[in-house]
Amino acid sequence: MNRRTTALATALGAAALLLAGCTGTGGTTKAEDAKAPTDPATVSGTITVLTQRTDLVADGTMDRYAAAFNRTYPKVKVKFQALTNYESEVKIRMNTDNYGDVLLIPGVVKKSDYPKFFASLGTRAERSKKYRFTDFTTVDGKVYGQSPIGVMPGFVYNKRVWKQAGVGQWPTTPAEFLADLKAIKQKTGAIPYYTNFAAQWPLTSWTFVNGSVHCDTGATTKLADGNPWAQGADLRVGDTLLYDIVHQGLAEKDPTTTNWEASKGQLAQGKIATQWLGTWAIIQFQDAAKKAGVNPDDIGFMPFPTQVGGKFCAVVGPDYNQAVNIHSKHKEAARAWIDWFTDNSGYDKDNLAISPLKNAPLPVVLKPYEDAGVKLIELDDTDGAKVKLIDSESEVGINTPDYRQKLVDLARGVGSGSLDDFLTGLGTKWTEAEKRVGS
Amino acid sequence: MPGAPGQARRRGQGWRALTPWLFLLVPLALLITFTYAPIADMVAYSFTDWDGVSPELHYTGGHNYAEIFTRQDLFEVFFVSGYYLAASAVQIVAALYFATILSFKVRFRNFFKGVLFFPSLINGVAIGFVFLYFFQDGGTLDTVLGLFGVHTGHAWLGTPVSANISLAGVSVWRYTGLNFVLFLGAIQSIPGELYEAAELDGASRWQQFRYIIAPGIKPVVTLTVILSVSGSLSVFEVPYIMTGGATGTETFVTQTVKLAFQYNKTGLASAAAVVLLLIVLAVTWVQRRLVPDDRADLV
Repeated sequence: MNRRTTALATALGAAALLLAGCTGTGGTTKAEDAKAPTDPATVSGTITVLTQRTDLVADGTMDRYAAAFNRTYPKVKVKFQALTNYESEVKIRMNTDNYGDVLLIPGVVKKSDYPKFFASLGTRAERSKKYRFTDFTTVDGKVYGQSPIGVMPGFVYNKRVWKQAGVGQWPTTPAEFLADLKAIKQKTGAIPYYTNFAAQWPLTSWTFVNGSVHCDTGATTKLADGNPWAQGADLRVGDTLLYDIVHQGLAEKDPTTTNWEASKGQLAQGKIATQWLGTWAIIQFQDAAKKAGVNPDDIGFMPFPTQVGGKFCAVVGPDYNQAVNIHSKHKEAARAWIDWFTDNSGYDKDNLAISPLKNAPLPVVLKPYEDAGVKLIELDDTDGAKVKLIDSESEVGINTPDYRQKLVDLARGVGSGSLDDFLTGLGTKWTEAEKRVGS
Repeated sequence: MPGAPGQARRRGQGWRALTPWLFLLVPLALLITFTYAPIADMVAYSFTDWDGVSPELHYTGGHNYAEIFTRQDLFEVFFVSGYYLAASAVQIVAALYFATILSFKVRFRNFFKGVLFFPSLINGVAIGFVFLYFFQDGGTLDTVLGLFGVHTGHAWLGTPVSANISLAGVSVWRYTGLNFVLFLGAIQSIPGELYEAAELDGASRWQQFRYIIAPGIKPVVTLTVILSVSGSLSVFEVPYIMTGGATGTETFVTQTVKLAFQYNKTGLASAAAVVLLLIVLAVTWVQRRLVPDDRADLV
């Protein structure tokens, strides 16, 4: 997950769009299927795969995947296009017919528009037997994308530092979590929690507390149909914890000039104790540990500090979903790539990620989760599209960094007002937009 | 054929009339393709509810414009422009000062010219990243201050006032060189005899500036002021890259970009862009009214 250059590239992409404008609206309404090929030897054609993993294309990893793919599908030639700023570049390209053969579905595309842009991979009934996350891309019973990995939000932490502070067990309540951070501040020299305020997107991952607080698979539906900042609601619990961390001085001194790349090494070395990210980050922090010459096994991962019935709960969700361009001339080959990449590439294991295959075991890094009996759930995404609509309409931006930056500023004493007023204001904006969207 | 000289001349004249247009063909094509067509498109989008990617868009009339003018929060960001406006005053004075000094015979003149102009050659995005390190806790600025025994521990981008001043400072650093070059060019186009005559008459450097240079470069100064004001209203790269509009550094353009790319309200964002364009045009028009474009007349 190469997100570090997002800010830069968004700026460039945005500037490019402002300068060049964009004409025409692509996409047809024909519904087509990308069928899985029956005989690998007969599939042929050159396909272009768009990816956000600029790092993997640059270091040749993707080419190695393609070479392995060619052992099964010798006649398909796979070309990669790595986009630094995936979202906005693809968004612009999707106004034409030319957006690769295989691409990752950008967040901006409305779910109801999927059939206009992508070829179907099959029915939900059939695919959900084998794969996770199918309902995230299901429109009218047909599935349009498949994520090659599952990700789970959680705290990446330095085990050594936490132990040094005398904390042996995962905290089970936000209050306990804060107490532990305090102990870290007092007993070690480490920064207890690092917000990565300037990199912006790490703050948005606080939205993924949704579901784990009450271990509720219907949490997304509740967002679409209620106030996410009502007393006791998941987002309120998460945002309050973030506020308290910063307000009690348990975050870095100057959040506004944080540095994402540097923070990986600092956490690995024990200068930073904790960050709220996701399973995808573990391997990056382990790499940073290796580079810094410290033990990669110090990188730990813990769930959000709440328990339901004495058990922790964690939400497994899809990463970017791969889809076939409806205008692709080699749909069979494109479909073959998606199937192979999901089932056989080993991409999930290489990233220590959760497999999208239902019957696959958990990655080794999550062994502590199994030991602790953490309950893994998947959110029902039936109302996911509506949540996105409300989010845009209200300009609250649960998937954008703005409101959490304001929250952190408020907690630092820079903004004016109280946390309660702030969260109430968000709730009002949200529920009003809900009414406008619902009508 | 000796019989038809007139005809040949006429044909030649036809070609001659066409020649300038042939030369203009390429720049005009580029201008229309990359400036006017997109603007026309943008104006068209501003009357729709387009989200930037969906093949469906609906005509919504003046709804977007009504929204912009009824939502106070969209205009509050113009206060931030005040910081940049103040900064551009500093920037123009500094540029004028350096341009004047370096137009006289000074040692290492060309070296200093290079030093001053250098920042304008760097890409705005790179500048943003460089200054992020500069303002970091324990970063370049703190280190340099530390050399002088000053340990502030101040979070430079930490509060709205401090952050905006810091960012405005960055834009001064970035654009002073450009203004400097404009001024220097204007100053050097003033005939050298005037200085010689003034020196013979015993005019001081200040008097030379006051009575020769200042009136001589007035049109360029006016132009620079206009550019600075419209630039202050549409600040983008520096705050967008460095803070992303956090901590009260949101400007009208970063806000517009967010509307378009975070909240997928391309229609509303287009309308906001059109409104900004109109504001800038209006400001420019007012300025031209207040300071008419008279030719510099020294002799």
